[in-house]
Amino acid sequence: MIVARLASGVRSHGRDARRVRPGRTPGWQRRAAPTAVACAMLLLTGCGGARDATGTGGSAAADGAAIDGSITVFAAASLTGTFTDLARRFEDGHPGAEVRLTFAGSSDLVTQIIEGAPADVFASADTRTMQQVSDEGLLAGTAVDFATNTLQLAVPPDNPAGISSLADAARPGVKTVVCAEQVPCGVAAAAVTGAEGVDLDPVSEESSVTDVLGKVTSGEADAGLVYGTDVRAAGGSVLGIDLAEAGAGVTTYPITALAESPEGATAQAFVDFVTGPEGRAVLTAAGFGAP
Amino acid sequence: MTVPSGAARTARRVNTAALPRWVVAAAVVGAVFVVLPLAAMTLRIDWPRFVPLVTSEGARAALLLSLRTSVSATILCVLFGVPLALVLARTSFPGRRLVRSLVLLPLVLPPVVGGIALLYTFGRRGLIGSGLASLGVDVAFSTTAVVLAQAFVALPFLVLSLEGALRTIGTRYEAVGATLGAGRWTVLRRITLPLVLPALVSGAVLSFARALGEFGATLTFAGSLQGTTRTLPLEIYLQRETDPDAAVALSLVLVVVAVVVVGVAHRVRPLGSLDPRRTASPTTPPAAPGRAH
Repeated sequence: MIVARLASGVRSHGRDARRVRPGRTPGWQRRAAPTAVACAMLLLTGCGGARDATGTGGSAAADGAAIDGSITVFAAASLTGTFTDLARRFEDGHPGAEVRLTFAGSSDLVTQIIEGAPADVFASADTRTMQQVSDEGLLAGTAVDFATNTLQLAVPPDNPAGISSLADAARPGVKTVVCAEQVPCGVAAAAVTGAEGVDLDPVSEESSVTDVLGKVTSGEADAGLVYGTDVRAAGGSVLGIDLAEAGAGVTTYPITALAESPEGATAQAFVDFVTGPEGRAVLTAAGFGAP
Repeated sequence: MTVPSGAARTARRVNTAALPRWVVAAAVVGAVFVVLPLAAMTLRIDWPRFVPLVTSEGARAALLLSLRTSVSATILCVLFGVPLALVLARTSFPGRRLVRSLVLLPLVLPPVVGGIALLYTFGRRGLIGSGLASLGVDVAFSTTAVVLAQAFVALPFLVLSLEGALRTIGTRYEAVGATLGAGRWTVLRRITLPLVLPALVSGAVLSFARALGEFGATLTFAGSLQGTTRTLPLEIYLQRETDPDAAVALSLVLVVVAVVVVGVAHRVRPLGSLDPRRTASPTTPPAAPGRAH
Protein backbone atom coordinates (compact mmCIF):
# COMPACT_ATOMS: atom_id res chain seq x y z
CA MET A 1 0.00 0.00 0.00
CA ILE A 2 2.75 2.36 0.97
CA VAL A 3 4.57 1.45 -2.16
CA ALA A 4 1.54 2.00 -4.37
CA ARG A 5 1.01 5.41 -2.86
CA LEU A 6 4.66 6.19 -3.35
CA ALA A 7 4.46 5.33 -7.03
CA SER A 8 1.39 7.49 -7.59
CA GLY A 9 3.10 10.26 -5.65
CA VAL A 10 5.94 10.19 -8.12
CA ARG A 11 3.56 10.55 -11.02
CA SER A 12 1.63 13.43 -9.50
CA HIS A 13 4.86 15.29 -8.85
CA GLY A 14 5.72 14.78 -12.48
CA ARG A 15 2.42 16.34 -13.50
CA ASP A 16 2.92 19.30 -11.16
CA ALA A 17 6.29 19.98 -12.66
CA ARG A 18 4.92 19.89 -16.17
CA ARG A 19 2.18 22.32 -15.21
CA VAL A 20 4.72 24.75 -13.82
CA ARG A 21 7.03 24.49 -16.80
CA PRO A 22 4.89 23.44 -19.73
CA GLY A 23 7.64 23.85 -22.29
CA ARG A 24 9.95 21.24 -20.82
CA THR A 25 9.60 17.64 -19.85
CA PRO A 26 12.86 16.82 -18.17
CA GLY A 27 14.13 13.33 -18.93
CA TRP A 28 14.46 12.38 -15.29
CA GLN A 29 10.74 12.75 -14.75
CA ARG A 30 9.91 10.48 -17.63
CA ARG A 31 12.33 7.95 -16.24
CA ALA A 32 11.44 8.31 -12.58
CA ALA A 33 7.85 7.07 -12.72
CA PRO A 34 8.54 3.75 -14.49
CA THR A 35 11.47 3.12 -12.17
CA ALA A 36 9.33 3.67 -9.09
CA VAL A 37 6.61 1.43 -10.49
CA ALA A 38 9.19 -1.26 -11.23
CA CYS A 39 10.48 -1.01 -7.68
CA ALA A 40 6.95 -1.25 -6.36
CA MET A 41 6.25 -4.37 -8.41
CA LEU A 42 9.48 -5.90 -7.20
CA LEU A 43 8.48 -5.31 -3.61
CA LEU A 44 4.94 -6.55 -4.07
CA THR A 45 6.00 -9.80 -5.72
CA GLY A 46 8.76 -10.22 -3.17
CA CYS A 47 6.52 -9.81 -0.14
CA GLY A 48 3.80 -12.36 -0.82
CA GLY A 49 5.29 -15.85 -0.65
CA ALA A 50 4.84 -17.49 -4.02
CA ARG A 51 3.72 -20.61 -2.22
CA ASP A 52 0.80 -18.73 -0.65
CA ALA A 53 -0.22 -17.39 -4.03
CA THR A 54 -0.32 -20.77 -5.73
CA GLY A 55 -1.17 -22.90 -2.73
CA THR A 56 -4.47 -24.45 -3.67
CA GLY A 57 -2.99 -27.44 -1.90
CA GLY A 58 -3.24 -31.16 -2.19
CA SER A 59 -2.76 -33.47 -5.11
CA ALA A 60 -5.08 -32.34 -7.85
CA ALA A 61 -4.18 -35.33 -10.01
CA ALA A 62 -7.71 -36.60 -9.92
CA ASP A 63 -8.85 -38.90 -12.72
CA GLY A 64 -10.48 -37.12 -15.60
CA ALA A 65 -8.93 -33.72 -14.86
CA ALA A 66 -8.06 -31.80 -18.00
CA ILE A 67 -4.44 -31.84 -19.17
CA ASP A 68 -3.99 -28.16 -19.88
CA GLY A 69 -2.74 -24.99 -18.29
CA SER A 70 0.81 -23.92 -17.71
CA ILE A 71 3.24 -25.92 -15.59
CA THR A 72 6.75 -25.03 -14.48
CA VAL A 73 9.30 -27.83 -14.54
CA PHE A 74 12.46 -27.50 -12.46
CA ALA A 75 15.04 -29.85 -13.93
CA ALA A 76 18.70 -30.59 -13.29
CA ALA A 77 21.13 -28.83 -15.63
CA SER A 78 22.25 -32.12 -17.19
CA LEU A 79 18.68 -32.63 -18.46
CA THR A 80 18.65 -29.40 -20.49
CA GLY A 81 18.72 -31.01 -23.93
CA THR A 82 16.38 -33.92 -23.23
CA PHE A 83 13.78 -31.98 -21.25
CA THR A 84 13.62 -29.18 -23.82
CA ASP A 85 12.83 -31.87 -26.38
CA LEU A 86 10.39 -33.71 -24.07
CA ALA A 87 8.52 -30.51 -23.18
CA ARG A 88 7.99 -29.73 -26.86
CA ARG A 89 6.70 -33.27 -27.52
CA PHE A 90 4.40 -33.06 -24.47
CA GLU A 91 2.94 -29.75 -25.67
CA ASP A 92 2.40 -31.28 -29.13
CA GLY A 93 0.46 -34.14 -27.55
CA HIS A 94 -1.58 -31.88 -25.25
CA PRO A 95 -2.75 -28.72 -26.99
CA GLY A 96 -3.59 -26.20 -24.30
CA ALA A 97 -0.77 -27.32 -22.05
CA GLU A 98 2.32 -25.20 -21.69
CA VAL A 99 5.58 -26.37 -20.12
CA ARG A 100 7.96 -23.77 -18.78
CA LEU A 101 11.43 -25.07 -18.02
CA THR A 102 13.98 -23.95 -15.45
CA PHE A 103 17.39 -25.61 -15.48
CA ALA A 104 19.95 -25.31 -12.70
CA GLY A 105 22.06 -27.42 -10.38
CA SER A 106 19.85 -29.78 -8.38
CA SER A 107 20.74 -28.23 -5.04
CA ASP A 108 19.96 -24.73 -6.38
CA LEU A 109 16.55 -25.95 -7.46
CA VAL A 110 15.89 -27.62 -4.10
CA THR A 111 16.73 -24.40 -2.26
CA GLN A 112 14.34 -22.48 -4.50
CA ILE A 113 11.54 -25.03 -4.10
CA ILE A 114 11.90 -25.10 -0.31
CA GLU A 115 11.90 -21.28 -0.26
CA GLY A 116 8.59 -21.29 -2.12
CA ALA A 117 9.38 -21.06 -5.81
CA PRO A 118 6.28 -21.96 -7.86
CA ALA A 119 7.34 -25.28 -9.39
CA ASP A 120 4.94 -28.02 -10.50
CA VAL A 121 7.43 -30.75 -11.38
CA PHE A 122 10.92 -31.41 -10.07
CA ALA A 123 13.45 -33.62 -11.87
CA SER A 124 16.66 -34.01 -9.90
CA ALA A 125 20.05 -35.43 -10.82
CA ASP A 126 20.41 -36.85 -7.37
CA THR A 127 18.30 -38.91 -4.96
CA ARG A 128 19.74 -36.98 -2.00
CA THR A 129 18.36 -33.61 -3.14
CA MET A 130 15.00 -35.25 -3.86
CA GLN A 131 15.01 -36.57 -0.29
CA GLN A 132 15.38 -32.97 0.98
CA VAL A 133 12.22 -31.95 -0.89
CA SER A 134 10.46 -35.05 0.40
CA ASP A 135 11.53 -34.26 3.98
CA GLU A 136 9.83 -30.87 3.64
CA GLY A 137 6.61 -32.67 2.70
CA LEU A 138 6.45 -31.03 -0.72
CA LEU A 139 6.02 -34.14 -2.92
CA ALA A 140 2.62 -34.84 -4.50
CA GLY A 141 3.27 -38.58 -4.23
CA THR A 142 6.51 -40.48 -4.28
CA ALA A 143 9.41 -39.69 -6.57
CA VAL A 144 10.03 -42.08 -9.49
CA ASP A 145 13.52 -42.89 -10.78
CA PHE A 146 13.48 -42.30 -14.53
CA ALA A 147 17.10 -42.32 -15.71
CA THR A 148 20.66 -43.08 -14.76
CA ASN A 149 23.95 -41.58 -15.82
CA THR A 150 27.50 -42.87 -15.58
CA LEU A 151 30.85 -41.12 -15.73
CA GLN A 152 33.29 -40.98 -18.57
CA LEU A 153 36.75 -39.49 -18.72
CA ALA A 154 36.63 -36.50 -21.06
CA VAL A 155 39.84 -35.37 -22.78
CA PRO A 156 40.48 -32.63 -25.36
CA PRO A 157 40.13 -33.94 -28.96
CA ASP A 158 43.92 -33.94 -29.49
CA ASN A 159 44.43 -35.65 -26.10
CA PRO A 160 47.74 -33.84 -25.38
CA ALA A 161 48.55 -35.95 -22.32
CA GLY A 162 47.92 -39.23 -24.17
CA ILE A 163 45.31 -40.48 -21.74
CA SER A 164 43.53 -43.78 -22.26
CA SER A 165 42.48 -44.75 -18.75
CA LEU A 166 41.77 -43.37 -15.29
CA ALA A 167 45.26 -44.49 -14.20
CA ASP A 168 46.76 -42.24 -16.90
CA ALA A 169 44.79 -39.30 -15.52
CA ALA A 170 46.41 -39.90 -12.12
CA ARG A 171 49.96 -39.65 -13.49
CA PRO A 172 52.02 -36.81 -12.02
CA GLY A 173 51.94 -33.69 -14.20
CA VAL A 174 48.59 -34.56 -15.77
CA LYS A 175 46.02 -31.87 -15.03
CA THR A 176 42.82 -33.66 -14.09
CA VAL A 177 39.65 -31.88 -12.99
CA VAL A 178 36.76 -33.47 -11.09
CA CYS A 179 33.58 -32.38 -9.32
CA ALA A 180 33.85 -31.61 -5.60
CA GLU A 181 32.39 -34.29 -3.34
CA GLN A 182 29.64 -31.88 -2.29
CA VAL A 183 27.92 -32.33 -5.66
CA PRO A 184 26.48 -35.55 -7.16
CA CYS A 185 29.06 -35.91 -9.94
CA GLY A 186 31.79 -35.65 -7.29
CA VAL A 187 30.19 -38.43 -5.26
CA ALA A 188 30.14 -40.59 -8.38
CA ALA A 189 33.76 -39.66 -9.18
CA ALA A 190 34.91 -40.69 -5.71
CA ALA A 191 33.07 -44.01 -6.03
CA VAL A 192 34.59 -44.78 -9.44
CA THR A 193 38.17 -43.81 -8.53
CA GLY A 194 37.81 -45.84 -5.33
CA ALA A 195 36.55 -48.88 -7.25
CA GLU A 196 39.43 -48.63 -9.73
CA GLY A 197 41.93 -48.19 -6.92
CA VAL A 198 43.22 -44.97 -8.51
CA ASP A 199 44.37 -42.09 -6.35
CA LEU A 200 43.59 -38.95 -8.36
CA ASP A 201 45.31 -35.71 -7.44
CA PRO A 202 43.02 -33.22 -9.17
CA VAL A 203 44.13 -29.65 -9.93
CA SER A 204 40.58 -28.44 -9.35
CA GLU A 205 37.39 -29.68 -7.70
CA GLU A 206 34.57 -27.85 -9.42
CA SER A 207 31.05 -27.15 -8.16
CA SER A 208 29.35 -28.40 -11.29
CA VAL A 209 29.94 -30.87 -14.05
CA THR A 210 29.55 -28.02 -16.55
CA ASP A 211 32.60 -26.32 -15.07
CA VAL A 212 34.61 -29.56 -15.33
CA LEU A 213 33.61 -29.93 -18.97
CA GLY A 214 34.50 -26.28 -19.64
CA LYS A 215 38.02 -26.78 -18.31
CA VAL A 216 38.48 -29.73 -20.70
CA THR A 217 36.93 -28.14 -23.80
CA SER A 218 39.09 -25.03 -23.31
CA GLY A 219 42.19 -27.22 -23.11
CA GLU A 220 43.10 -25.96 -19.62
CA ALA A 221 42.80 -29.46 -18.21
CA ASP A 222 44.14 -32.69 -19.71
CA ALA A 223 41.22 -34.74 -18.45
CA GLY A 224 37.97 -34.39 -16.52
CA LEU A 225 35.45 -36.78 -15.02
CA VAL A 226 32.03 -35.91 -16.44
CA TYR A 227 28.82 -37.71 -17.30
CA GLY A 228 28.60 -39.73 -20.48
CA THR A 229 25.66 -37.59 -21.57
CA ASP A 230 27.83 -34.46 -21.25
CA VAL A 231 30.44 -35.96 -23.55
CA ARG A 232 27.76 -36.84 -26.08
CA ALA A 233 26.18 -33.37 -25.86
CA ALA A 234 29.59 -31.70 -26.26
CA GLY A 235 29.86 -33.17 -29.76
CA GLY A 236 33.39 -33.22 -31.08
CA SER A 237 34.83 -30.74 -28.59
CA VAL A 238 35.88 -33.54 -26.20
CA LEU A 239 36.64 -37.24 -26.50
CA GLY A 240 35.01 -39.65 -24.06
CA ILE A 241 36.96 -42.55 -22.59
CA ASP A 242 34.97 -45.36 -20.99
CA LEU A 243 35.86 -46.27 -17.44
CA ALA A 244 36.25 -49.88 -16.36
CA GLU A 245 34.40 -49.30 -13.08
CA ALA A 246 31.89 -46.70 -14.26
CA GLY A 247 29.14 -48.85 -12.78
CA ALA A 248 30.44 -48.13 -9.28
CA GLY A 249 29.24 -44.52 -9.47
CA VAL A 250 25.83 -44.56 -11.08
CA THR A 251 23.83 -41.36 -10.65
CA THR A 252 20.07 -41.87 -10.46
CA TYR A 253 17.57 -39.22 -11.62
CA PRO A 254 14.21 -39.06 -9.78
CA ILE A 255 11.19 -37.05 -10.91
CA THR A 256 8.01 -36.02 -9.11
CA ALA A 257 5.01 -33.72 -9.22
CA LEU A 258 4.99 -31.25 -6.35
CA ALA A 259 2.21 -31.12 -3.77
CA GLU A 260 1.45 -27.42 -4.08
CA SER A 261 1.02 -27.38 -7.83
CA PRO A 262 -2.27 -25.74 -8.89
CA GLU A 263 -2.07 -27.79 -12.12
CA GLY A 264 -1.64 -31.16 -10.42
CA ALA A 265 -3.20 -33.20 -13.23
CA THR A 266 -0.97 -31.65 -15.91
CA ALA A 267 2.08 -31.96 -13.68
CA GLN A 268 1.40 -35.67 -13.09
CA ALA A 269 0.76 -36.16 -16.82
CA PHE A 270 4.17 -34.70 -17.60
CA VAL A 271 5.82 -37.00 -15.04
CA ASP A 272 4.03 -39.99 -16.61
CA PHE A 273 5.16 -38.82 -20.06
CA VAL A 274 8.83 -38.61 -19.00
CA THR A 275 8.73 -42.02 -17.31
CA GLY A 276 6.74 -43.53 -20.22
CA PRO A 277 7.99 -45.06 -23.48
CA GLU A 278 8.46 -41.78 -25.37
CA GLY A 279 10.44 -40.26 -22.52
CA ARG A 280 12.52 -43.43 -22.29
CA ALA A 281 13.35 -43.22 -26.03
CA VAL A 282 14.46 -39.56 -25.86
CA LEU A 283 16.57 -40.19 -22.75
CA THR A 284 18.20 -43.28 -24.23
CA ALA A 285 19.06 -41.38 -27.41
CA ALA A 286 20.84 -38.79 -25.25
CA GLY A 287 22.89 -41.46 -23.51
CA PHE A 288 20.96 -41.88 -20.26
CA GLY A 289 20.56 -45.39 -18.86
CA ALA A 290 17.35 -47.03 -17.64
CA PRO A 291 16.82 -46.93 -13.88
CA MET B 1 26.43 24.00 -4.18
CA THR B 2 25.47 26.91 -1.89
CA VAL B 3 25.57 24.94 1.32
CA PRO B 4 25.84 27.31 4.29
CA SER B 5 28.97 26.79 6.32
CA GLY B 6 26.89 26.09 9.43
CA ALA B 7 25.37 23.01 7.81
CA ALA B 8 28.16 20.78 9.03
CA ARG B 9 27.49 21.68 12.65
CA THR B 10 23.76 20.94 12.47
CA ALA B 11 24.08 17.87 10.26
CA ARG B 12 23.32 15.51 13.15
CA ARG B 13 19.78 16.89 13.45
CA VAL B 14 17.11 15.30 11.27
CA ASN B 15 16.50 17.80 8.52
CA THR B 16 14.97 16.74 5.23
CA ALA B 17 13.29 20.04 4.35
CA ALA B 18 15.66 20.63 1.48
CA LEU B 19 14.21 17.74 -0.53
CA PRO B 20 10.76 16.83 -1.87
CA ARG B 21 9.21 14.26 0.45
CA TRP B 22 8.95 11.57 -2.21
CA VAL B 23 12.71 11.73 -2.74
CA VAL B 24 13.22 10.92 0.92
CA ALA B 25 10.60 8.15 0.77
CA ALA B 26 12.23 6.63 -2.31
CA ALA B 27 15.60 6.88 -0.60
CA VAL B 28 14.23 4.93 2.36
CA VAL B 29 12.90 2.23 0.01
CA GLY B 30 16.28 2.11 -1.69
CA ALA B 31 18.15 1.74 1.59
CA VAL B 32 15.76 -0.95 2.84
CA PHE B 33 16.12 -2.77 -0.48
CA VAL B 34 19.86 -3.10 0.11
CA VAL B 35 19.83 -3.74 3.84
CA LEU B 36 16.83 -6.06 4.15
CA PRO B 37 18.34 -9.05 2.29
CA LEU B 38 21.45 -8.82 4.47
CA ALA B 39 19.27 -8.74 7.58
CA ALA B 40 17.22 -11.68 6.28
CA MET B 41 20.42 -13.66 5.79
CA THR B 42 21.62 -12.84 9.29
CA LEU B 43 18.32 -14.09 10.71
CA ARG B 44 18.94 -17.52 9.16
CA ILE B 45 22.29 -17.99 10.85
CA ASP B 46 22.64 -21.09 12.98
CA TRP B 47 24.33 -19.30 15.89
CA PRO B 48 25.20 -22.36 18.04
CA ARG B 49 27.14 -23.78 15.07
CA PHE B 50 28.45 -20.42 13.85
CA VAL B 51 31.94 -20.58 15.35
CA PRO B 52 32.64 -24.20 14.35
CA LEU B 53 31.31 -23.49 10.86
CA VAL B 54 33.48 -20.44 10.19
CA THR B 55 36.59 -21.98 11.75
CA SER B 56 36.45 -25.28 9.86
CA GLU B 57 39.59 -26.21 7.95
CA GLY B 58 38.00 -25.41 4.59
CA ALA B 59 36.69 -22.06 5.81
CA ARG B 60 40.01 -20.98 7.28
CA ALA B 61 41.92 -22.02 4.17
CA ALA B 62 39.44 -20.10 2.01
CA LEU B 63 39.57 -16.95 4.15
CA LEU B 64 43.38 -16.93 4.30
CA LEU B 65 43.61 -17.51 0.55
CA SER B 66 41.09 -14.75 -0.10
CA LEU B 67 42.98 -12.25 2.05
CA ARG B 68 46.33 -13.22 0.52
CA THR B 69 45.16 -13.02 -3.08
CA SER B 70 43.16 -9.83 -2.52
CA VAL B 71 46.20 -8.07 -1.04
CA SER B 72 48.31 -9.22 -4.00
CA ALA B 73 45.65 -8.09 -6.47
CA THR B 74 45.43 -4.69 -4.74
CA ILE B 75 49.21 -4.26 -4.99
CA LEU B 76 49.00 -5.07 -8.71
CA CYS B 77 46.16 -2.56 -9.07
CA VAL B 78 48.18 0.20 -7.38
CA LEU B 79 51.33 -0.60 -9.39
CA PHE B 80 49.54 -0.38 -12.72
CA GLY B 81 46.40 1.59 -11.88
CA VAL B 82 48.16 4.73 -10.59
CA PRO B 83 50.21 5.22 -13.79
CA LEU B 84 47.10 4.44 -15.83
CA ALA B 85 45.01 7.05 -14.00
CA LEU B 86 47.83 9.60 -14.33
CA VAL B 87 48.13 9.02 -18.06
CA LEU B 88 44.37 9.21 -18.55
CA ALA B 89 44.00 12.39 -16.48
CA ARG B 90 47.15 14.30 -17.44
CA THR B 91 47.99 13.48 -21.03
CA SER B 92 46.24 13.74 -24.35
CA PHE B 93 46.66 11.40 -27.25
CA PRO B 94 44.42 10.11 -29.99
CA GLY B 95 42.13 7.40 -28.69
CA ARG B 96 42.49 8.39 -25.03
CA ARG B 97 38.72 8.30 -24.48
CA LEU B 98 38.52 4.91 -26.13
CA VAL B 99 41.32 3.57 -23.92
CA ARG B 100 39.53 4.99 -20.90
CA SER B 101 36.26 3.25 -21.80
CA LEU B 102 38.02 -0.04 -22.48
CA VAL B 103 39.93 0.06 -19.20
CA LEU B 104 36.71 0.59 -17.27
CA LEU B 105 34.97 -2.27 -19.13
CA PRO B 106 35.48 -4.88 -16.36
CA LEU B 107 33.13 -2.75 -14.22
CA VAL B 108 30.17 -3.64 -16.41
CA LEU B 109 31.33 -6.96 -17.81
CA PRO B 110 29.76 -10.06 -16.25
CA PRO B 111 32.64 -11.68 -14.31
CA VAL B 112 32.16 -14.95 -16.17
CA VAL B 113 32.89 -13.10 -19.41
CA GLY B 114 36.02 -11.70 -17.76
CA GLY B 115 37.00 -15.23 -16.80
CA ILE B 116 36.56 -16.48 -20.35
CA ALA B 117 38.57 -13.53 -21.68
CA LEU B 118 41.36 -14.23 -19.19
CA LEU B 119 41.28 -17.90 -20.17
CA TYR B 120 41.84 -17.01 -23.81
CA THR B 121 44.70 -14.74 -22.79
CA PHE B 122 46.57 -16.53 -20.01
CA GLY B 123 45.18 -20.06 -20.45
CA ARG B 124 47.35 -22.89 -21.71
CA ARG B 125 46.15 -22.30 -25.26
CA GLY B 126 45.70 -18.56 -24.81
CA LEU B 127 47.27 -15.61 -26.56
CA ILE B 128 50.05 -15.15 -23.99
CA GLY B 129 49.53 -18.35 -22.01
CA SER B 130 50.82 -20.63 -24.76
CA GLY B 131 54.06 -18.64 -24.86
CA LEU B 132 54.32 -18.67 -21.08
CA ALA B 133 53.71 -22.42 -21.05
CA SER B 134 56.65 -22.99 -23.39
CA LEU B 135 58.78 -20.97 -20.94
CA GLY B 136 57.66 -23.30 -18.18
CA VAL B 137 55.30 -20.79 -16.55
CA ASP B 138 51.92 -22.39 -15.99
CA VAL B 139 49.18 -20.05 -14.81
CA ALA B 140 46.30 -22.54 -15.10
CA PHE B 141 44.81 -23.71 -11.79
CA SER B 142 47.36 -21.70 -9.76
CA THR B 143 46.97 -19.02 -7.13
CA THR B 144 48.46 -16.64 -9.71
CA ALA B 145 45.36 -17.19 -11.82
CA VAL B 146 43.18 -16.13 -8.88
CA VAL B 147 45.22 -12.93 -8.41
CA LEU B 148 45.00 -12.14 -12.13
CA ALA B 149 41.22 -12.61 -12.12
CA GLN B 150 40.85 -10.38 -9.06
CA ALA B 151 43.15 -7.66 -10.40
CA PHE B 152 41.27 -7.69 -13.70
CA VAL B 153 37.93 -6.90 -12.08
CA ALA B 154 39.34 -4.59 -9.36
CA LEU B 155 41.61 -2.33 -11.44
CA PRO B 156 38.82 -0.06 -12.78
CA PHE B 157 37.79 0.88 -9.23
CA LEU B 158 41.23 2.31 -8.50
CA VAL B 159 41.59 3.99 -11.89
CA LEU B 160 38.13 5.53 -11.72
CA SER B 161 38.48 6.96 -8.24
CA LEU B 162 42.02 8.24 -8.80
CA GLU B 163 41.35 9.75 -12.23
CA GLY B 164 38.33 11.61 -10.85
CA ALA B 165 40.45 13.04 -8.03
CA LEU B 166 43.23 14.06 -10.43
CA ARG B 167 40.79 15.92 -12.64
CA THR B 168 39.16 17.60 -9.64
CA ILE B 169 42.37 19.00 -8.17
CA GLY B 170 43.39 20.36 -11.55
CA THR B 171 46.93 21.16 -12.66
CA ARG B 172 47.40 24.54 -10.97
CA TYR B 173 49.74 23.45 -8.20
CA GLU B 174 51.63 21.23 -10.60
CA ALA B 175 52.10 24.18 -12.97
CA VAL B 176 53.33 26.39 -10.14
CA GLY B 177 55.76 23.70 -9.02
CA ALA B 178 57.07 23.38 -12.56
CA THR B 179 57.64 27.13 -12.90
CA LEU B 180 59.63 27.00 -9.65
CA GLY B 181 61.96 24.52 -11.27
CA ALA B 182 60.61 21.18 -10.11
CA GLY B 183 61.17 18.31 -12.53
CA ARG B 184 58.38 15.99 -13.66
CA TRP B 185 59.26 13.33 -11.11
CA THR B 186 59.46 15.89 -8.29
CA VAL B 187 56.09 17.37 -9.28
CA LEU B 188 54.54 13.90 -9.31
CA ARG B 189 56.14 12.84 -6.03
CA ARG B 190 55.85 16.08 -4.04
CA ILE B 191 52.65 17.65 -5.41
CA THR B 192 50.36 15.37 -7.39
CA LEU B 193 50.51 12.15 -5.36
CA PRO B 194 50.20 13.81 -1.93
CA LEU B 195 47.14 15.72 -3.18
CA VAL B 196 45.38 12.58 -4.41
CA LEU B 197 46.56 10.32 -1.60
CA PRO B 198 43.11 10.07 0.06
CA ALA B 199 41.55 9.07 -3.25
CA LEU B 200 44.36 6.61 -3.83
CA VAL B 201 43.76 4.99 -0.45
CA SER B 202 39.99 4.78 -0.89
CA GLY B 203 40.42 3.49 -4.43
CA ALA B 204 42.83 0.82 -3.20
CA VAL B 205 40.45 -0.20 -0.42
CA LEU B 206 37.57 -0.51 -2.89
CA SER B 207 39.77 -2.56 -5.21
CA PHE B 208 40.59 -4.81 -2.29
CA ALA B 209 36.89 -5.20 -1.50
CA ARG B 210 36.08 -6.02 -5.11
CA ALA B 211 38.92 -8.55 -5.25
CA LEU B 212 37.67 -10.17 -2.04
CA GLY B 213 34.20 -10.65 -3.53
CA GLU B 214 35.45 -11.90 -6.92
CA PHE B 215 33.68 -15.10 -7.91
CA GLY B 216 32.76 -15.57 -11.55
CA ALA B 217 36.11 -14.88 -13.19
CA THR B 218 37.92 -17.01 -10.60
CA LEU B 219 35.53 -19.93 -11.08
CA THR B 220 35.85 -19.79 -14.86
CA PHE B 221 39.55 -19.09 -15.08
CA ALA B 222 41.31 -20.49 -12.00
CA GLY B 223 39.28 -23.49 -10.87
CA SER B 224 38.53 -24.46 -7.29
CA LEU B 225 40.96 -26.33 -5.04
CA GLN B 226 41.21 -25.88 -1.28
CA GLY B 227 44.17 -23.73 -0.28
CA THR B 228 45.19 -23.01 -3.88
CA THR B 229 42.31 -21.45 -5.80
CA ARG B 230 39.19 -21.88 -3.65
CA THR B 231 38.62 -18.39 -2.28
CA LEU B 232 35.91 -17.56 0.24
CA PRO B 233 33.17 -16.85 -2.34
CA LEU B 234 33.91 -20.18 -4.06
CA GLU B 235 33.86 -21.97 -0.71
CA ILE B 236 30.46 -20.41 0.04
CA TYR B 237 29.17 -21.53 -3.36
CA LEU B 238 30.38 -25.08 -2.76
CA GLN B 239 29.24 -25.37 0.87
CA ARG B 240 25.74 -24.33 -0.20
CA GLU B 241 25.48 -27.65 -2.06
CA THR B 242 25.51 -29.71 1.12
CA ASP B 243 25.44 -27.38 4.11
CA PRO B 244 23.48 -24.16 3.58
CA ASP B 245 24.13 -23.21 7.22
CA ALA B 246 27.86 -23.17 6.58
CA ALA B 247 27.33 -21.10 3.44
CA VAL B 248 25.26 -18.53 5.35
CA ALA B 249 27.78 -18.35 8.19
CA LEU B 250 30.66 -17.79 5.76
CA SER B 251 28.58 -15.23 3.90
CA LEU B 252 28.26 -13.25 7.12
CA VAL B 253 32.05 -13.33 7.54
CA LEU B 254 32.41 -11.93 4.03
CA VAL B 255 29.76 -9.27 4.69
CA VAL B 256 31.51 -8.20 7.90
CA VAL B 257 34.87 -7.93 6.12
CA ALA B 258 33.20 -5.94 3.34
CA VAL B 259 31.48 -3.59 5.80
CA VAL B 260 34.78 -2.92 7.59
CA VAL B 261 36.54 -2.28 4.27
CA VAL B 262 33.87 0.05 2.91
CA GLY B 263 33.76 1.83 6.28
CA VAL B 264 37.50 2.42 6.14
CA ALA B 265 37.27 3.69 2.57
CA HIS B 266 34.59 6.23 3.45
CA ARG B 267 36.35 7.37 6.58
CA VAL B 268 39.33 8.32 4.45
CA ARG B 269 37.28 10.37 1.97
CA PRO B 270 34.11 10.07 -0.03
CA LEU B 271 34.85 8.18 -3.23
CA GLY B 272 36.66 10.30 -5.81
CA SER B 273 35.34 13.63 -4.60
CA LEU B 274 37.95 16.00 -3.36
CA ASP B 275 36.67 19.36 -2.27
CA PRO B 276 37.69 21.70 -5.08
CA ARG B 277 37.55 24.74 -2.78
CA ARG B 278 40.35 23.32 -0.69
CA THR B 279 42.77 22.45 -3.44
CA ALA B 280 42.15 24.66 -6.44
CA SER B 281 40.49 27.93 -7.22
CA PRO B 282 37.24 27.68 -9.19
CA THR B 283 38.75 29.72 -12.01
CA THR B 284 41.32 27.06 -12.76
CA PRO B 285 40.36 25.09 -15.84
CA PRO B 286 39.88 21.46 -14.81
CA ALA B 287 42.58 20.04 -17.02
CA ALA B 288 45.15 21.82 -19.14
CA PRO B 289 47.31 19.10 -20.62
CA GLY B 290 50.90 20.07 -21.20
CA ARG B 291 50.90 23.09 -18.90
CA ALA B 292 52.76 21.23 -16.21
CA HIS B 293 55.80 20.83 -18.37
